[in-house]
Amino acid sequence: QPSSFSTQLSAYKGVWVFAEQREGVVASVAYELLGVGKRLADELRTELSAILFGADDVQAKELIKWGADRVYHCKDTIFDKFNDEPYAMLLTRIINNYKPEIVLAGATPIGRSFIPRVAASLKTGLTADCTALEIDKDSGNLLQIRPAFGGNIMATILCPNHRPQIATVRPRVMKRGEYIADRNGEIISISADNITSRTKVIETVKEVSECMVNLQEAEVIVAGGRGLGRSEGFKMLEELAEVLGGAVGASRAAVDEGWISYSHQVGQTGKTVCPKIYIACGISGAVQHLVGMQSSDIIIAINKNPEAPIFNIATYGIVGDVYEVVPLLIKKLREIKGQ
Amino acid sequence: MNIIVCIKQVPDTAEVRINPETNTLIREGVPSIINPYDLHAIEAALQIKEKVGGKVTAITMGPPQAEDALREAISMGVDDVRLISDRAFAGADTWATSYTLYKAIEKLGYDIIICGKQAIDGDTAQVGPEVAEFLNIPHIAYIRKIEDVSDKYIKVQRLMDDGYDVVESPIPVLLTVVKELNTPRLPSLKGKMTAKKAVITKMDLNAIGAEPDNVGLKGSPTQVKNIFAPQSKADRKMLQGSIEDQVDELIKQLRGLKCV
Ligand SMILES: Cc1cc2nc3c(=O)[nH]c(=O)nc-3n(C[C@H](O)[C@H](O)[C@H](O)COP(=O)(O)OP(=O)(O)OC[C@H]3O[C@@H](n4cnc5c(N)ncnc54)[C@H](O)[C@@H]3O)c2cc1C
Ligand SMILES: Cc1cc2nc3c(=O)[nH]c(=O)nc-3n(C[C@H](O)[C@H](O)[C@H](O)COP(=O)(O)OP(=O)(O)OC[C@H]3O[C@@H](n4cnc5c(N)ncnc54)[C@H](O)[C@@H]3O)c2cc1C
Repeated sequence: QPSSFSTQLSAYKGVWVFAEQREGVVASVAYELLGVGKRLADELRTELSAILFGADDVQAKELIKWGADRVYHCKDTIFDKFNDEPYAMLLTRIINNYKPEIVLAGATPIGRSFIPRVAASLKTGLTADCTALEIDKDSGNLLQIRPAFGGNIMATILCPNHRPQIATVRPRVMKRGEYIADRNGEIISISADNITSRTKVIETVKEVSECMVNLQEAEVIVAGGRGLGRSEGFKMLEELAEVLGGAVGASRAAVDEGWISYSHQVGQTGKTVCPKIYIACGISGAVQHLVGMQSSDIIIAINKNPEAPIFNIATYGIVGDVYEVVPLLIKKLREIKGQ
Repeated sequence: MNIIVCIKQVPDTAEVRINPETNTLIREGVPSIINPYDLHAIEAALQIKEKVGGKVTAITMGPPQAEDALREAISMGVDDVRLISDRAFAGADTWATSYTLYKAIEKLGYDIIICGKQAIDGDTAQVGPEVAEFLNIPHIAYIRKIEDVSDKYIKVQRLMDDGYDVVESPIPVLLTVVKELNTPRLPSLKGKMTAKKAVITKMDLNAIGAEPDNVGLKGSPTQVKNIFAPQSKADRKMLQGSIEDQVDELIKQLRGLKCV
């Protein structure tokens, strides 16, 4: 078995990145995947390809500038709206045709919904929501690192005996690659013959939250807790968020008090976020709150109690009253920005 | 209408920690619960039954003690349960789990299958869509509202990053549900009595007609190589001095990191 088995495995070559789009706009996670995909492809001395279903030539060319050597592009209108079956059918078909060794997709509502169908029908492994990817020097296998148990543990997952190795990757974790405006690459047109869908999207509704910025897309989140003491505290946090170009989040205690709506809640029963900067103001750091924000790059905690558990995970901690610290911070940031 | 609900017994993850010496999970004293999302799946199933009629069956793949989860489902009002249990099923990843559930579901018969969005231990959210692929039926993930349902079709709202989609599907279909969908009912006194007395029917490898090579550790393409505690940030810093000093230092640090 081993020898024929390993020849079978080595028939799979190249790194693929699924570039998800909605309404013709490629999701930012696709460029992040090209960043990490390029690094993996270079290490394996192989090529990097992007897969684009829907959208137009301009988008396909952009993917090359962001690092793809090749783009497999299907322009069929069946991909204008997201339905799982056609996405899964076509991706499965082209994986069978071209045999990549690694396939990455965003751990977005789209990627996490249809990629499992692909893995099921190919009988291969799928690792969910990875936050780091490395190549094992000895075996050449992909080391897929992901949080589980609500972020309380990390696990390294392997898929040693099946190909391709497929992973969904958490948005906003990987760095984008280098953009080279005159990079050349090949675009291969793919047909959607016999691709059908039993589900049908009949309406797409955008829900823009009050603070305009989608919490999960925001680079900066200023979050408030019970320590704010009153709803006006969130006016102050909105100001800080505005100066930093961010969004406003909240603990459940603040939402329960009625100071801010549920759509802002971060945590186990709210949203999971991982912005570049998370500023926790008057939040104690209960585990149900932490699971929703602890993968943020930089965590700043402002709390008057030096023993508050939030300081255990904070990159920078300030012990003080939010009503003293935040106005000062706003003032100084405004000075810097010359406002 | 045959409605199947897939439920998983999970440790209450808020309390799961890693033993830093052995890098293994400390599970002692951690209570087992029904995966919280699956309570919403049970509630959705019961509401659909109340509207269009039929039967709700809750199933779980797990060790013998997963029976407790099924009893809890009975106390909430499901009509029937199956414990899918066999030593051969141990160590399953999502592929092998989904294959096993698919084999059982095929035996039981189905119109609508409902899963939670994800399990709070494995956290993959993959089992639902994989089961649908094995059964060759459509699925819709992240359902936050059921707008309409009959024995022929269903119309639901699917949560997306920036809002929601209204999606229609013929039946049979598999749904995965989020918490906004409903508020799970509490067990009734009568339900608790029924649950206590219920005889739990088991299905093993033979009963579901599964290929031994496709279940458990053997049937799992992925392997958990190791687990470890999340990195503690070494650069953690309590800022010092007066409030003004601390704010100045913070801004300096952020400028150094080109964040401001
Ligand atoms: C099943 C379950 C699910 C849950 N889900 C969530 C969830 O999704 N999200 C969530 O956030 N919580 C959730 N919780 C609740 C969670 O356990 C905590 O109760 C909640 O996070 C506490 O919110 P808080 O930190 O704002 O309030 P508190 O714990 O009351 O903390 C207030 C903090 O503010 C500080 N403070 C007070 N005044 C000031 C001041 N003037 N200046 C500076 N600091 C001040 C205090 O020192 C304290 O540390 C959940 C709980 C359960 C049981
Ligand atoms: C640390 C760690 C990391 C892991 N990472 C991966 C990974 O990346 N890829 C992978 O393939 N496997 C992984 N696994 C294995 C995976 O957790 C198990 O296969 C598990 O049985 C199902 O996956 P889940 O818990 O993620 O369930 P999910 O897919 O998140 O569960 C979704 C829904 O499916 C239903 N369901 C799930 N399990 C059952 C069951 N046993 N019985 C009935 N219904 C069920 C429930 O309705 C549930 O709400 C990991 C395991 C561990 C311990």
